[in-house]
Amino acid sequence: MKPAPFHYERPTTVAEAVAALAGGDGEREVKLLAGGQSLVPLLALRLARPATLVDLNRVEELRGIEVSGDHVRIGALTRHEVLHTDATVRSRLPLLATAAGHIGHRAIRTRGTIGGSLAHADPAAELPTGCLALGAELEIAGPAGRRTIPVGTLFDGPLSTTLPADELIVAVRVPVDMGRRPFGFAELTRRAGDFALVVASVTIAVDADGGCRAATVAVGGVGGSARLIGPAARALIGTRLADGAVDAAVAEVDRAIRPFDDLHASAEYRRAMAALMVRRAIGAARGAR
Amino acid sequence: MNEPTVHRWPIRCTVNGSVQHLLVEPRRTALDVLRDELGLTGAHAGCEHGVCGACTILFDGEPVRACLLFGVQLDGAAVTTVEGLAAADGTLHPLQESFSAHHGLQCGFCTPGMLLSALDLLAHNPIPTEAEVREGLGGNLCRCTGYQQLVDAVLDAARGGTYDCT
Ligand SMILES: Cc1cc2nc3c(=O)[nH]c(=O)nc-3n(C[C@H](O)[C@H](O)[C@H](O)COP(=O)(O)OP(=O)(O)OC[C@H]3O[C@@H](n4cnc5c(N)ncnc54)[C@H](O)[C@@H]3O)c2cc1C
Ligand code: FES
Ligand code: FES
Repeated sequence: MKPAPFHYERPTTVAEAVAALAGGDGEREVKLLAGGQSLVPLLALRLARPATLVDLNRVEELRGIEVSGDHVRIGALTRHEVLHTDATVRSRLPLLATAAGHIGHRAIRTRGTIGGSLAHADPAAELPTGCLALGAELEIAGPAGRRTIPVGTLFDGPLSTTLPADELIVAVRVPVDMGRRPFGFAELTRRAGDFALVVASVTIAVDADGGCRAATVAVGGVGGSARLIGPAARALIGTRLADGAVDAAVAEVDRAIRPFDDLHASAEYRRAMAALMVRRAIGAARGAR
Repeated sequence: MNEPTVHRWPIRCTVNGSVQHLLVEPRRTALDVLRDELGLTGAHAGCEHGVCGACTILFDGEPVRACLLFGVQLDGAAVTTVEGLAAADGTLHPLQESFSAHHGLQCGFCTPGMLLSALDLLAHNPIPTEAEVREGLGGNLCRCTGYQQLVDAVLDAARGGTYDCT
């Protein structure tokens, strides 16, 4: 239960962190350390044995939450507890503040970060579905400079992402108008603080006359990655969000997901609960119009 | 396999109010450093992978799992462990008194973590409901008490005083 030896680096800028990552290759793995709430258990169990750990905690540029132009920019090192309590996030992106409050316990939330949660890509984590439903983008830094990608292109199966080993997430950018939408968040856990068995995040945009103009439906815990269910959103768009439209959206979720059996729940149970969580999340969004 | 050569990091931190200068191997957790280098064996090593809460300490005033923090990350920080709760003359902290009065411990293994989680809870929520106490202690496992006495102890302590984490 003790991590294997590793070299430790403590950069203070993104450029230094990128330079430190560039030292890795197939033989000598270099890993980023953010909150450590997922990585350190893996090190302790020796499921991960990187040669070098690059501690991001002193990189000021990865901190901070600011509204700039048409989006809110959240530094990758923003702790779950900050996301849950920060006044800007609570007023501008209440869906994310709500989702963050469901993560683990306070002693986990004081350390765990949004960048770490997204990069860890646990299919049952809360923030991935929240970021998907809000149409978030990720600012990425690497040896070739900066680029921006939609969060949906990050996830690539359980605990795996499309992010190359020499790049890091600098910030999460969420469009302000997405944050303004009525939303719903629902999750099923066995105990408060557990990872979700199933988690759903929904946003809707409603015209003055009550018609649904746009919607997003994201689910987690029912397949390899958290994902958007486009057909479910389309089943809501153009309707007045009556019960029949909700039934149709739930049916699309059922069609799209491939839940798995594991220690915690059968695939069949997850499927039934996915329908229920999506129904609850749509109901909450509808109620918040 | 070739183990990388060990490079020790010099750190300076404040633990229970006293300044410490240490040289630590990066792979050693804050829990290892507190227990083995400083002899502060109050924070317990239960699961050592973040699940049980027995290693909970206050790190710059916030509760963290000491088993998920590396010792080098204590550099520049102020830490409170259970040893920092009682007064210098041994007078117990009011929360400790309340745990004792309500039989909020049996074997005591979870107690240091429970006390610090409870202190953090009461510092942020001075008059919690029973449900809020249960949630506040939810990240700390106890194999003995069945939790009821722990909840009673924290509710009673809340009635008896005000608390802060500094
Ligand atoms: C007891 C317990 C309960 C938990 N419960 C939940 C829960 O209910 N829901 C939930 O979602 N999570 C839960 N977690 C996990 C927690 O949310 C973690 O904080 C999160 O999964 C990882 O974030 P981190 O900052 O701790 O990352 P780390 O553990 O430091 O890193 C995780 C991975 O991300 C990589 N990484 C970190 N930052 C970056 C970056 N900026 N760019 C690129 N890669 C990066 C690391 O290299 C590593 O591979 C729990 C953890 C524990 C110990
Ligand atoms: S020993 Fe740290 S949480 Fe169990
Ligand atoms: S008193 Fe024994 S584990 Fe809590």
